Amino acid sequence: MSGGQILRQASLAFGLPVALLAAWWVASAGSANFFFPPLQTIAQTFVEVWVSPRIIDDVVPSLMRLVAGYFGAVALGLVIGIPIGLSRVLRNVLEPVLEFLRAIPPPALVPILILFAGIGDTMKTLVIVSGCIWPVLLNTVEGVRGRDEVLEDVVRSYRIGALARLIHFVLPSASPQIFTGLRQALSIGIILMVISEMFAASNGLGFAIIQFERSFAVPEMWTGIILLGLIGILLAQIFRLVERRMLAWYHGLRQSQRAGG
Amino acid sequence: MNAATSGAPRTAAMLEVAQLNKTYAGAGRTVEAIRDVTFTVDAGELVCIVGPSGAGKTTLLKCIAGLLPPSGGTVVLDGEPVTGPPPAMAVVFQEYGRSLFPWMTVRQNVELPLKQKRLPVARRNALASEALAAVDLVGADAAYPWQLSGGMQQRVAIARAVAYEPHVLLMDEPFAAVDAQTRADLEDLIRRLWHRLKVTVLFVTHDIEEAVYLGERVLVLSHAPTVIMEDVAIDLPDERSQLETRSLPRFGELRKHVYAQIQLAKQGWRPPGEHKS
Repeated sequence: MSGGQILRQASLAFGLPVALLAAWWVASAGSANFFFPPLQTIAQTFVEVWVSPRIIDDVVPSLMRLVAGYFGAVALGLVIGIPIGLSRVLRNVLEPVLEFLRAIPPPALVPILILFAGIGDTMKTLVIVSGCIWPVLLNTVEGVRGRDEVLEDVVRSYRIGALARLIHFVLPSASPQIFTGLRQALSIGIILMVISEMFAASNGLGFAIIQFERSFAVPEMWTGIILLGLIGILLAQIFRLVERRMLAWYHGLRQSQRAGG
Repeated sequence: MNAATSGAPRTAAMLEVAQLNKTYAGAGRTVEAIRDVTFTVDAGELVCIVGPSGAGKTTLLKCIAGLLPPSGGTVVLDGEPVTGPPPAMAVVFQEYGRSLFPWMTVRQNVELPLKQKRLPVARRNALASEALAAVDLVGADAAYPWQLSGGMQQRVAIARAVAYEPHVLLMDEPFAAVDAQTRADLEDLIRRLWHRLKVTVLFVTHDIEEAVYLGERVLVLSHAPTVIMEDVAIDLPDERSQLETRSLPRFGELRKHVYAQIQLAKQGWRPPGEHKS
């Protein structure tokens, strides 16, 4: 890529965000509205609030719970979803139950989870699991179910064993769909991370934002919201990097199919 | 030239198909795809099966490959009854674009079945390299299937089958989806491999010329419910070339004969004595 191209790409990617920030900055410059302080004030407060022990006290616990809940949901979703995708009988038996469970909004589970798991990290992690599992589970079922029947015949005719079949055939062929579920689960996970900290919490990003709001620390509250957005962007970027690596074959295949037909 | 089955005693039969029947039982109706197919392939023979479209060719091949349980009759490979995919058989499928693992490189595709056979690494490497060289794919090891042309992809599938060291190689219309020139090259490749490896080949096709050009025998299938209409011995010279062989008068005669049979099959000809169903 030449220098000019890099510049062009960068201006495409960052042009609109920069313009929006500039507009906000100018529009809010002399704001006397208590709830919409000038962006300049928010920016100064951001550094004061977050470049401090708060990053250890609130941000790290939030992210730890997100990571634990997300990967817990991924593991569960795969372990439950693969057998369901492989067996038509299991699908017929379980589908109504899964549809019912999926329809329950996870925040509604918080009071129940508090009863069983208390108000600590376990409860908050379980809230994240209860929401993230569905896109992973349902996409795994669909991905596994949609495996190619010709490849299935190849696997059978070469007498590929059960474990190798899983590793070399079932999982890779479901992986594009599984990644769709993983992406949806990530955004659900961030939402639930914040929501779970708004109930009976003593730390975390959601807790901090609620606390700022209740103590009328409005610029601080705004900085929390901005930080959440930044964390979301960062996680989405990491996700994209992993996906590109893992699904390189899939993107290549799609591209060659488009070029060929 | 009718029926090559008379006369001299046969060498050991590699593949024996006897009274094979396949009836699909659906909701409320049954479809008889294969009525009664009986034939034998000797060790080292190259036999083509040709039939009109709708002759149940793929069903027949899947039953022989142990991928589909027949409703009646038996398939015996090398003395062993076939009840599931047998270890001494490899199949090359028609849909090359769907029969290779797109997440694996060419070499990984060829080596996967060998890993399952628990061959030592050195042996596995050697077999894969030999097979890829035999199909003229040296240097393509690290490519992914979708980076290759259709003909090259089908050569990878053939290499995978060859590396597996099968006693019987089944091919299900393997060249139906490639262009004519590639198809001619691949036909010659099959003849070369067959000569070199002395493997028994059963080659299913809908292309009459291909069947006559490739085979030592051509089995002509009827329309479904399928029976064998004729077992045609192909008495062409063993050294075949696209240019020479295809312009031999004998090639034309055989082609015409098989063509006439296929026309009969299309018109719904049934073997004499068969009771109507």
